[in-house]
Amino acid sequence: MNDKDKKEYDVIIIGGGATGAGTARDCSMRGLSVLLLERFDYTSGATGRNHGLLHSGARYAVNDMESASECIKENMVLKKIASHCVEDTSGLFITLPEDDLSYQNKFIDSCLAAGIKAEAIDPKDAIRMEPSVNKSLQGAVVVPDGSVDPFRLTIANILDANAHGARTLVFHEVTGFIREQDRIVGVKVFDHKQKEQKSFYGKVIVNAAGIWGHHIAELAGVNISMYPAKGALLIFGHRVNNVVLNRCRKAGDADILVPGDMICVIGTTSSHVSYDEIDNMYVTSSEVELLLREGEKLAPSLSTTRILRAYAGVRPLVASDDDPTGRNISRGIVLLDHEQRDGLSGFITITGGKLMTYRLMAEWATDLVCKKLNNNKECETATTPLPGSRGVKEETEYSEVIPVNIQRTERYRHGELAAQIAKEDKFDHSLVCECENVTVGEVNYAFQELAADTLTALRRRTRIGMGTCQGELCACRAAGLLSHVHQCSNRAKEELSSFLNERWKGMYPIAWGDCLRESQLAAWIYNSVCGLSDYNRKEERKDAV
Amino acid sequence: MNLQQYNISENNFEQCIKCTVCTVYCPVIPVNPKYPGPKQAGPDGERFRLKDPDYFDVSLKYCLNCKRCEVACPSGVRIGDIIQMARIKYSHSRPKLRDRLLANTDFVGQLSTKVAPVVNFSLGLTPVKSVMDAVLGIDHRRTFPEYASQTFEHWFNQREIKKKQSAFKRHVSYFHGCYVNYNYPQLGKDLVKLMNAVGFGVHLLEKERCCGVALISNGLIEQARKQGAQNMAAIRKSVLDEKRPVIATSSTCVFTIRDEYPHLLGLDNSDIRQFTELATRFLYRLIERNEVKLVFKEDYKQKIVYHTPCHMEKLGWSVYSTSLLKMIPGVDFRMLPSQCCGIAGTYGFKSENYETSQGIGQSLFDDIGQSEADFVATDCETCKWQIEMSTFVPVMNPISILAEALDEEATMEANKEFCK
Repeated sequence: MNDKDKKEYDVIIIGGGATGAGTARDCSMRGLSVLLLERFDYTSGATGRNHGLLHSGARYAVNDMESASECIKENMVLKKIASHCVEDTSGLFITLPEDDLSYQNKFIDSCLAAGIKAEAIDPKDAIRMEPSVNKSLQGAVVVPDGSVDPFRLTIANILDANAHGARTLVFHEVTGFIREQDRIVGVKVFDHKQKEQKSFYGKVIVNAAGIWGHHIAELAGVNISMYPAKGALLIFGHRVNNVVLNRCRKAGDADILVPGDMICVIGTTSSHVSYDEIDNMYVTSSEVELLLREGEKLAPSLSTTRILRAYAGVRPLVASDDDPTGRNISRGIVLLDHEQRDGLSGFITITGGKLMTYRLMAEWATDLVCKKLNNNKECETATTPLPGSRGVKEETEYSEVIPVNIQRTERYRHGELAAQIAKEDKFDHSLVCECENVTVGEVNYAFQELAADTLTALRRRTRIGMGTCQGELCACRAAGLLSHVHQCSNRAKEELSSFLNERWKGMYPIAWGDCLRESQLAAWIYNSVCGLSDYNRKEERKDAV
Repeated sequence: MNLQQYNISENNFEQCIKCTVCTVYCPVIPVNPKYPGPKQAGPDGERFRLKDPDYFDVSLKYCLNCKRCEVACPSGVRIGDIIQMARIKYSHSRPKLRDRLLANTDFVGQLSTKVAPVVNFSLGLTPVKSVMDAVLGIDHRRTFPEYASQTFEHWFNQREIKKKQSAFKRHVSYFHGCYVNYNYPQLGKDLVKLMNAVGFGVHLLEKERCCGVALISNGLIEQARKQGAQNMAAIRKSVLDEKRPVIATSSTCVFTIRDEYPHLLGLDNSDIRQFTELATRFLYRLIERNEVKLVFKEDYKQKIVYHTPCHMEKLGWSVYSTSLLKMIPGVDFRMLPSQCCGIAGTYGFKSENYETSQGIGQSLFDDIGQSEADFVATDCETCKWQIEMSTFVPVMNPISILAEALDEEATMEANKEFCK
């Protein structure tokens, strides 16, 4: 045990999603000593499994004014502080012949009341603005929707927390709490990489584990009634639309099409799942069919566009305390002070909410932590830009040696931090991922500076394997670079194998046509040419012995 | 519900499964590292351009439009078309004066033929070449094709030749192209001789414009579309009204009319496409159906190597030209490995492309140099310029070879039965 492990932190945060990362940033900016614990990699829960929609709040305006006004405020904050993770695409709420056009006025009035700019435009102008939209639309309203990359947003928060002294650990799973009478004073942790038990001590423990917060609370001996709601989504191979498309009606299934980075995403479905299913989300064929059937109504060309993969996430909805059946579920922020609620001090839970309001959730949680620790420092996260969003995008000239598009994508992904990516050597700017323009330099930057330790983590930091080939060409190259980092080729092979299986999991529900052809080519390359199947078989034999 | 019943969306690039075989067949990659290659420039780049047109990469101008990537692609992705369309849609740079001069082959041709001796003499002078290089960016090392004093159309329209054509029972229209008209009328004369011998009357289209291939590659799309529409009208009149199929001697003209018109210019040619073809294919298929016979001179002896132009590779038609050549008894024939010669129409004339152009063709030039052939046969005029300039071995169109080897009297006699 090193010295760092012995010390008592002001705050220990459980969970490396957007909320946990945001809380780590906020706490560290207010001068607290911070430890963040994540059981897998950052953003491996609901943070990484959603639309990537930068809500304007318009979707909630009619039914949930409070959420709507939170959204629009945070929307404007994120455009300022996280400009390198956000695209200001704007959004359309369209009324189709099957929808009630009179809903539009109610919708606009509610938006305006919540502070959301909403303007009805002529359907013809809507078609000009977004040519992929269903041409039979009867009405259209423009709202300030956008798209956000939750992976890079979370990492930017982690980077800033680290810059303010926070310690953040991945693959550290909380297995229990250390109690002194009615007070939580520390956590017991299993380190998956070193395969060892550890203990950490903190004055306040923040449960920011999303849907898994239910389990964390149980470990602490308190009860939170989480209501796991599964949402499935489909990713298409390229951008069909450049403006977010929504249906102007009561929120329903598959009625949002979001252009995100190189692709677009249709979603979501909503169905209740039992708590023991949440670690194993899969997309069913009826969900795929529903998503396509409804998606086609927004943008008809979706019916012929190649689908890349399907995925599902679990919303961390909380049944309110006086309604354990889960019928009146709020999508608002839930902050629980367990000292007041359960008589257990040193432990708070921040949950509910949305990716859009992660910063506000972090602010609320940090405010409560600070109150407990008698810290009076004001929150500055709404005004201080995140690393990567601190400017000089346009001013710096592009180098002439490296293809401009490579430099452009690096700046798109990392903002001003792209300057840290090695470019000296020709090898540094050779491509690892051809679909998404990821260079050797960027991969090494992610290994060294962005806490990427696995191929999946690398994918979240750089988009490797997220393009049309889904790892066919890039996975082996990336595994080669990873083997240099770990000085271990066996581990890289295991990584490669599990990465490809994870890619296949997302392709399986939509494996037809060109997607199937491509996955067959990939399987042939890795099994027959690279001999990965032999490798797996050998591993299995070893296990059997 | 038709959901996902059709795998082929409008965006043909989705069929790319990243096998990368196109990159292996691209002639530019080995000689010009600035070119990202067909996969990167085509299907991969298109995703970026759909996200943001600013991702258009100026290095796409290094694409030759040889379409060898499309021939190689096992997934049927029209890679070359994607790259051409990207240049048309996203390029901000306007065609330079040089590009306009090179692209307007018929306008420049009309002017030049009037004063051909002066033009030919001047274009051969070193000072003139240096000035053209410095001012226009047309490489000084390039040899220009000579202009003829009399255009093919002028020759053809002489009373006795034109009049003679209506005496035949069977008829075709001839799309001669700019090269035959302004630079090398002899090829057109050879075609008339050959077709007349097998009992076909040859006619010109009511109004032929340049097919527009050079306009397309130099970004002058509107003009190309206008000329294309005029050609389509003329071809329709010939094919549909007069029942005369259209044949050509230039593989690039035919390729442009058949494939580039619908794919790049949005001109629907489905009604006349199958009646517009290369003269060698037209002849070969008639011979196969026993509707035409060719009789050759006994004493014709030549050693010939055949070079497959890129657009012939794309059309898949070199087999027709080479099969006809192999029918000549005295011909010692060898097929050269199919590769790009590097000229790609106006591409190789531009100073910035000269090194790439010659680099691409080098192994072909070496092969021809060592072949001891009497001449090279090929169906493309720009390949001819490139090979003649780079090897000093003469190059002939298969039609001219057939016309030269033909026993005219005996052929006429043999075809009499078809002409009753």
